[in-house]
Amino acid sequence: MKAIQFYLKSFLLWELLRGLHLTGKYFFARKITVQYPEEKTPQSNRFRGKHALRRYANGEERCIACKLCEAVCPAMAITIEAEPRDDGSRRTTRYDIDLFKCIYCGFCEEACPVDAIVETREFEYVFDQRGQNIMTKDLLLQHGDKNEQQIAADRAQDAPYR
Amino acid sequence: MELILASWGMVPETLQSLLIIIVKIVVIVVPIMLSVAYLTLAERKVIGYMQVRIGPNRVGPRGLLQPIADGLKLALKEIIIPTKANHFLFIVAPMLALAPALAAWAVIPFDDGMVLADINAGLLYVLALTSLSVYGIIIAGWASNSKYAYLGAIRSAAQVVAYEIAMGFALVGVLLAAGSMNLGDIVRAQEGSVLHWFWLPLLPLFLVYFISGVAETNRAPFDVSEGESEIVAGFHVEYSGMTFALFFLAEYANMILIAALSAIMFAGGWLSPFAGIPVIEAMFAWVPGIVWLLAKMSFFLFLFLWFRATFPRYRYDQIMRLGWKVFIPVTIVWLLVVAAAVMAQLGPWFD
Repeated sequence: MKAIQFYLKSFLLWELLRGLHLTGKYFFARKITVQYPEEKTPQSNRFRGKHALRRYANGEERCIACKLCEAVCPAMAITIEAEPRDDGSRRTTRYDIDLFKCIYCGFCEEACPVDAIVETREFEYVFDQRGQNIMTKDLLLQHGDKNEQQIAADRAQDAPYR
Repeated sequence: MELILASWGMVPETLQSLLIIIVKIVVIVVPIMLSVAYLTLAERKVIGYMQVRIGPNRVGPRGLLQPIADGLKLALKEIIIPTKANHFLFIVAPMLALAPALAAWAVIPFDDGMVLADINAGLLYVLALTSLSVYGIIIAGWASNSKYAYLGAIRSAAQVVAYEIAMGFALVGVLLAAGSMNLGDIVRAQEGSVLHWFWLPLLPLFLVYFISGVAETNRAPFDVSEGESEIVAGFHVEYSGMTFALFFLAEYANMILIAALSAIMFAGGWLSPFAGIPVIEAMFAWVPGIVWLLAKMSFFLFLFLWFRATFPRYRYDQIMRLGWKVFIPVTIVWLLVVAAAVMAQLGPWFD
């Protein structure tokens, strides 16, 4: 009996027809394509894109050159050199992130005790010249200054979960 | 106008008939090439839709110029001939693949009497030419001097031999039922209504023929000669530019040919599907036969694309099993049934 059922099923192409039915159904389904440059998917406030260095409200840079980010970075993408400044406070003289090495894991942000290094929502950037992959301290601060509002809003939204 | 007629009269008789034949060939080949181009777009669109995507839509309105962009790209690319490849065969193989796919159109009747060569052995001619197209693949695989290309060619050869037999037997069924090898006569033998078409009395042969046709054109789920995941791209790994484009054209031209043959031999060719239904038949009487043929071909081509979007590739031994141990016995048994029905003049098909 089982054998007859089996042969009947395979000769009537039963399973193949079921497959065709499924794809036929999806042929008429609503399409979910996002047409990228014109349409964009919503971003999380935890999105990890291009890095930035932040400042306090009075314009003083947050980074205290503790080098925790450099230590935690799994890709060894961060290079920091530091010296005491004229007023005696400890600051970085060099803060480079190699964006080729960076894997955008967000550990630097987690490690930072003063919320200085952050990852922003910026993800549409390209390099067309050698060396542009290195984010220097100036570039990082510049990027931070430009997006401070968005960065602060994203941290505030995430604060209850930390 | 008179000037043209007058100068036409000056042309010698033999040259006249030659020119007429050339014009007829162009009239057939150009639309086929266009439909091949747009079949590639249709394929990408249909498969995209079945995968809940929208497919290409950037070149021209709704992506309608995509095939032209593709063709232009391939035409501008370099043709690379591998060292130690057989130069002559390497270049000839793509042409060998495409030529039979186009030549077979000579005997396809587009409407009653609308056929380039109304020969009596039409069915044999088609069978011969469809089997010829595999030589392009085999020669390409051998001439490339590449393991993968060679493996693809061997796979293709074995598969085509297996399915050619089933396909041939299915056509013998049509031959028995129609009592003629002329494709026009085969269509005329199906006159009446949808139920008079041969798909009904020859249903198993129809299925076997169409599935063998999918196998013959190396389309999914029988595309082991390409087998991207196993042997890179099979017989055409070493081909680039226009030589690759010719293989591409050949595959799609073969698909259209199989669709046309299925429509003619099993689905009543140019006959209206509404024939025999009192009111609707008269309502659609003004539609020319070629429209019905094209509609049927489009349906079969859609099936090709639907299969590709649905079925995973067969394992090689399963393909062989299906070809030799299922299709051939089924067709032979059904041939006996058809022969008996013809002898008994079973109505409404064979009386």
